[in-house]
Amino acid sequence: MDNQSKFNFKHNVEKGLADSELRSNLKFATNTLRAKRKALFADPEETHALRETGRNIKARVLSRLPKLLGKLEKNCIRNGIRVHWAETTDEANQLVLEIMDKHGAAKMVKGKSMVSEEMHLNSFLEKKGKTPLETDLGEFIIQLNNEPPSHIIVPAVHKNRRQIARIFADKIPGATYTEDVDTLLKTARKILREHYRTAHIGLSGVNFAVAETGTLCLVENEGNGRMCTTVPPVHVALMGLEKVVEKLEDVPPLYRLLCGSATGQRITTYFNMITGPRKKGERDGPTEVHLIILDNGRSKILADGQLQETLRCIRCGTCLNHCPVYTRIGGHAYQSTYPGPIGTILMPQLEGLDKKGALVTASSLCNACEEVCPVMIPIPELIRRLRNEHWDMDKKGVLKGRGSKKSILEALVWKTWKFTCTIPWINRIQLKLMGLSGGFLPEIGPLKAWTSVRTKPVFSKKSLKDLAKKEGIRHG
Amino acid sequence: MKNHSETSKTVYYFGTCLADMVYPQAGMCGIKLLQREGIRVIYPQSQTCCGQPAYNSGFPSEAKEVALTQVRIFSGSSAPVIVPSGSCAGMMKYHYPALFRDDPEYFEVKKFSDRIYELTQYLNSVLHARYEDKGPPIRLTWHSSCHAMREMECTEDSKALIRQLENVEMVEVENEHECCGFGGTFSVKQPEISAAMVHDKAENLRATGTEKFLTGDCGCMMNINGHLEKQRSPMKGQHIAEFILERING
Repeated sequence: MDNQSKFNFKHNVEKGLADSELRSNLKFATNTLRAKRKALFADPEETHALRETGRNIKARVLSRLPKLLGKLEKNCIRNGIRVHWAETTDEANQLVLEIMDKHGAAKMVKGKSMVSEEMHLNSFLEKKGKTPLETDLGEFIIQLNNEPPSHIIVPAVHKNRRQIARIFADKIPGATYTEDVDTLLKTARKILREHYRTAHIGLSGVNFAVAETGTLCLVENEGNGRMCTTVPPVHVALMGLEKVVEKLEDVPPLYRLLCGSATGQRITTYFNMITGPRKKGERDGPTEVHLIILDNGRSKILADGQLQETLRCIRCGTCLNHCPVYTRIGGHAYQSTYPGPIGTILMPQLEGLDKKGALVTASSLCNACEEVCPVMIPIPELIRRLRNEHWDMDKKGVLKGRGSKKSILEALVWKTWKFTCTIPWINRIQLKLMGLSGGFLPEIGPLKAWTSVRTKPVFSKKSLKDLAKKEGIRHG
Repeated sequence: MKNHSETSKTVYYFGTCLADMVYPQAGMCGIKLLQREGIRVIYPQSQTCCGQPAYNSGFPSEAKEVALTQVRIFSGSSAPVIVPSGSCAGMMKYHYPALFRDDPEYFEVKKFSDRIYELTQYLNSVLHARYEDKGPPIRLTWHSSCHAMREMECTEDSKALIRQLENVEMVEVENEHECCGFGGTFSVKQPEISAAMVHDKAENLRATGTEKFLTGDCGCMMNINGHLEKQRSPMKGQHIAEFILERING
């Protein structure tokens, strides 16, 4: 399922729920990731304090974002990094293409970058006759199988070892079927090493861009990020404009939160700090480093005091691992660059409620995401906000596609409900009628949905108000 | 478990709309447990619903009108307001002030919200209720509602009350932290996902090998019991207040 074809959430949900192999793969993987996170963040008070620090750092950054971006640009340029600004994903794609063309590059090795997914960079480059190659092992696997990632951190989380073995055997010329992990890794490594050596361009994402020093920080575990950013002669880094931080000392707490939340690691195997291209006399490193800073609707999100909390996200993916909805329907059901709870709030803001509004129904508001979010994004509260804008009955919305679900019937239901809850005599009549209806209500609409897997609720003949009165409980 | 010290001879009771419509006995048992501690309970007859259904569905204006109606019904006193549901209590304690954040009624609402306690929280942490078990030996398990756990943080209070009952063996359920799939209107707006969630919850509860689960929230109970009944399972949930009252009365 690619992310650009027509979005039918109901269909995707049904497909995800029906896939029992997917369910068991996700259950296994997310249980492991949750357990690892819990083991690392074992002290609740310390964890809470660290999360507050993370929230405060990102909130401070957002409060002075334009200034910090200017500072980042200035210091990057001083370090020899060429800085480009892209308002839209089209502009960003074009910038990447121009850099490739300028160097006569046909092949690009890519480290993991969610912004490149947001840009649909691979399909753009392929249409232009270029060859983008994913080097993150998970991304490598799903690129072989022509699938988008289904998780922010673990792109092939929906696949088990057997499925991966099958993909290798089917898609890699000369590979024989094996489930032996070491053999699979050797196969991938052999292919990738050759590409690193021959590619003209290496692309990466950015986890933190430090304004005061002009440093790009890259967090990874496989070393593929380091290869992509040091072996090819040209390095292109992509970042969403919210990835800037003010100073170097902001990095350690955010880095700690990112590793701990994402994979339960104290520190990743690789942490790259890139401060410019190869200098005179240096023996390695790219000769050119480009930084493309993408807006794609982020500055509009920043303009709303409540919605801007979304921009604190450091893309750790832990809200996905803890979400009872994501772990059941899988990432592909969201048919969006960012799935899970963060995708539920971010995608309708990036693409509009008219396109991705259906996502806001995909939450029981259980607060599991909010409880673990390393930067304390109030995801449930933002889901409620988006639900409100999806109806936009009071015409106060600001988002693209606001009011796209406008429904007179739904509004009438809630108006009626309001009367039964604000006018005591109507409430009494409603309780009486419900009691009299017993189990005889017709199974249509919401009740039909309810009874598909449950018995009908039996309304009591006597309400609590009746019982309290009978027992002589004081009422004022 | 949060730290509470404030006691009051009189408390108000917000019974919740689900107790009114479906589980009046559970609501009544909560009142009796409070009275048993020598507390005078006032139950205003004009109370209705906390407003959460509209709030969660994206209709905050309607939710606010309903919320303000409740705030005013309980005004004129600073006595605690006890709620036999973690979810409704969380709505009134934490979401009411958020809803009125930019309104002149904010302080009136906040004053009300500060009076809110979940039932088992008040019984355990404020009243330090002591129970003597008069029932036969039983094994059971406990289901925590998301908002009892993550908003009111009263799950440990509920469990502490159950642990006082010496003939009751409480078995922990796997994935206790996970939502049962009710989520109010979520259960009818995303019925397939909700069904998958309640199915897994029922499986986990049954895997404890017990035939009873206790909970402090009627919403979860209606959801899980409805599913268990549809599957013709002998397992059934009961509200903690109703269970405790049965046990101490023998």
